[in-house]
Amino acid sequence: MTAAIALSTRGLNKRFGSLVVASDIAISLPRGVRYALIGPNGAGKTTLINLMTGMLKPDDGQILLGDKDITRLEPQHRVKLGLVRTFQINTLFPNLSALESVTLAVCEREGIAPTWWRGLSSFRAATDEAYEILKSLNLANDCYRPTRELAYGRQRLLEIALSLAARPSVLLLDEPAAGVPKDESQGLFTAIAGLSQDITILFIEHDMDVVFRFASRIIVMVGGRILLEGTPQEIAEDPRVREVYLGGRDG
Amino acid sequence: MTATTDAAFSTQKYLQSRARWSPIEIVFWLATLLPFFLFPNYLSLASQIAITALFALSLDLILGYAGIVSLGHAAFFGLGAYGAGIFSKFVWGEPLTGLVVAGAVAGIVGYATSFIIARFRHLTLIMITLGLGFLVHELANSAHFITGGADGLQGVRIWPIFNYFRFDLYGYTAYSYSLVVLFLTFLVARRLINSPFGLALQGIRENSNRMPAIGANSRAHIRKIYTISATIAGIAGGLLAQTTETVSLGSIDFQRSADVVVMLVLGGVGQLYGGLVGAVIFMVARDQFSGLNPQFWYFPIGVLLVAVVMFLPGGILGGLSRLTARIRRRWS
Repeated sequence: MTAAIALSTRGLNKRFGSLVVASDIAISLPRGVRYALIGPNGAGKTTLINLMTGMLKPDDGQILLGDKDITRLEPQHRVKLGLVRTFQINTLFPNLSALESVTLAVCEREGIAPTWWRGLSSFRAATDEAYEILKSLNLANDCYRPTRELAYGRQRLLEIALSLAARPSVLLLDEPAAGVPKDESQGLFTAIAGLSQDITILFIEHDMDVVFRFASRIIVMVGGRILLEGTPQEIAEDPRVREVYLGGRDG
Repeated sequence: MTATTDAAFSTQKYLQSRARWSPIEIVFWLATLLPFFLFPNYLSLASQIAITALFALSLDLILGYAGIVSLGHAAFFGLGAYGAGIFSKFVWGEPLTGLVVAGAVAGIVGYATSFIIARFRHLTLIMITLGLGFLVHELANSAHFITGGADGLQGVRIWPIFNYFRFDLYGYTAYSYSLVVLFLTFLVARRLINSPFGLALQGIRENSNRMPAIGANSRAHIRKIYTISATIAGIAGGLLAQTTETVSLGSIDFQRSADVVVMLVLGGVGQLYGGLVGAVIFMVARDQFSGLNPQFWYFPIGVLLVAVVMFLPGGILGGLSRLTARIRRRWS
């Protein structure tokens, strides 16, 4: 796993009937880079994450994690290899506490989740690690409360905490700040920016301030295709991007 | 560093407190001894209740903890009952080995069918459990030469437990035996729920879509708990066969599958004690109401069921715990 490219796709295609949601997607994410994936609604951004994580099966094409072809692997096996995602709509465990939720994710990573004859409290390393992850995201004070009682912004952080428990090498964040007020979303992205530089991150985001501030490179998708890939400056100056995305609708 | 140690200490305490025995639990188990003193004439009924509670506990493990709704769980109860009955008839009447056979027969069939169960969800899954239940019932019905079919399995003779405790007419031994097996199995179930595996099951129930995204192999978890649940249901069935020394088609029919779901919902799903409390209420109600009017005893059960699901989410236990929480808040 020392390849310079952390995650790449080749000729990825997916259609639902006559609707093309992914067309010849070829991207490669170098290790440690912070990528933003932008594009208008319906451009196929979430679909691309679903394809890469195995929640959707591509019609054809290839997905590689490092040098390893993962195109046919089940989602949970991709997670085990370090390709982890979060969800645009909170996909949490409402009646479990934050500590239980993250402990569960640690247990799954460590392969101790099938153990049924020993109490959870005897797996101290797992709970300690879960607590440290929650603390690093400022969730320590809320970690004993059921998830459903947490404020929405805290639940968004728990989304990320769950993904970190899987020790990702590549992290795909599907609108991590979706539904969070603008003043809170900066804090959320500061937390994301503070994650280990060993983790390659791709995030979907609509707020251009956030994108330009936190992404080192940007991918623009339109109509199921990659329109452009480049540095924030290249993207900002590209007339096509301005037309389809940045200023297209407002004139 | 000290902050980390303190925090780790409290996470530890938190997890231990989740698994600690509460005084109410101890009172509950002490109360199971009351029939010996208060209702010595009803020990046979008490034994049936303990067996049914064990069956409901087995359903709670898959329904309450993994979210698998089954309408065919009597298949495993019946397999255990026939397994224990036929074993005593053709091999020997020693009860403990008979119980192991009952659990093993149900567990093996449970493991085999778990591969189907783990692939489906929602209505499809319910229909599959229902269909498998019908299938096993019909097999028991048509295998007349070994099961006795509609006439029931006759000739079951059970030796005294440890060659000492004879099964008496009053059900003294029967209730003691059923209660001990129920309690020991409950201990296993309780340990399981408080283990990492138990947490994974709750994860499946709470959000099965998230599980693959944290690297969980939910299907393997489901196969495992389904097999364990089937084994416990089989042990419950084996107990019934041994304590009544007969097995009828009623031990394997749809009515039993439906009844156990009703009991569990009445008592409260996913709380370990829900099935136990539900079994007591259901069985006592049946005993009392069918004495009043044998044809319409499901009427009050129906009223109770509708009332509970409408007004008491979490069943009777859920309602009670909300009530005690409210009282506690008022007093503090």
